[in-house]
Amino acid sequence: MSVNLGIRQVGDVTVVDVAGRITLGEGSSALREALRDMVGKNQKKILLNLGDVSYIDSSGIGELVSGFTTVTNAGGQLKLLNLTKRVKDLLQITKLYTVFDVHEDEAHAVRSFT
Amino acid sequence: MGDLSRPATESVERSLDSTLDSVDQAEDLAVGVARRAGFDEEDLMKIGLAVRESMVNAVVHGNRYNTNKKVRFSASMSGSRFTVRVADEGEGFDHAHLPDPLTPENLLRTSGRGIFLIRSFMDDFQARHLDPAGTEVTLVKFAVSK
Repeated sequence: MSVNLGIRQVGDVTVVDVAGRITLGEGSSALREALRDMVGKNQKKILLNLGDVSYIDSSGIGELVSGFTTVTNAGGQLKLLNLTKRVKDLLQITKLYTVFDVHEDEAHAVRSFT
Repeated sequence: MGDLSRPATESVERSLDSTLDSVDQAEDLAVGVARRAGFDEEDLMKIGLAVRESMVNAVVHGNRYNTNKKVRFSASMSGSRFTVRVADEGEGFDHAHLPDPLTPENLLRTSGRGIFLIRSFMDDFQARHLDPAGTEVTLVKFAVSK
């Protein structure tokens, strides 16, 4: 299984439910294209729900960083929700955990956007 | 940790095409050997990711998806030592002088974390140039008696 992206709107926040594998190839490119598309549509408050991400590799981590940079440079905010232990461990090892604003509760995460 | 109460000797070897499918195949093969040797789920995750990163380096950066070039892959368990070897036919690069992905200036780079993750997840990592061309990496993880 590659990656599946479900996109929904909660107020002015775009929530992206990511499920499956964010790995080199289809998985990481799908996420990259979705985030660029959102920024192009001026959707700049983006919450990535990673609760159903079963696997992520260094390419997937790179796509999270790329998305963060793309959204931030466009004047927006990209935050993460529901990290699995696997994703959390990788972000901590790579010292990226503190770069991202990470949440465990969706309502709280949505309210945190400014 | 692996369980030494189940001593194992097993070896698999393949010559793989330079495709992303081969990356999945190698990861599955390596994790299969490691699982049968008694490594726990946490170690299997680490081994799987390390093998994936090594294979991606070989297929993408080494052989550059060249259909005429192969990736030689092997995974073996002997005693307490689990060893994976991945060899490509590319031009090679200097593993010893890669940028540190943890420094502030590199933290937001979108690539360059693969070797770092391999080193983090395995007990030993070695790379050597092959003659006339190519790079072989060797990944080792030791099972620890419970």
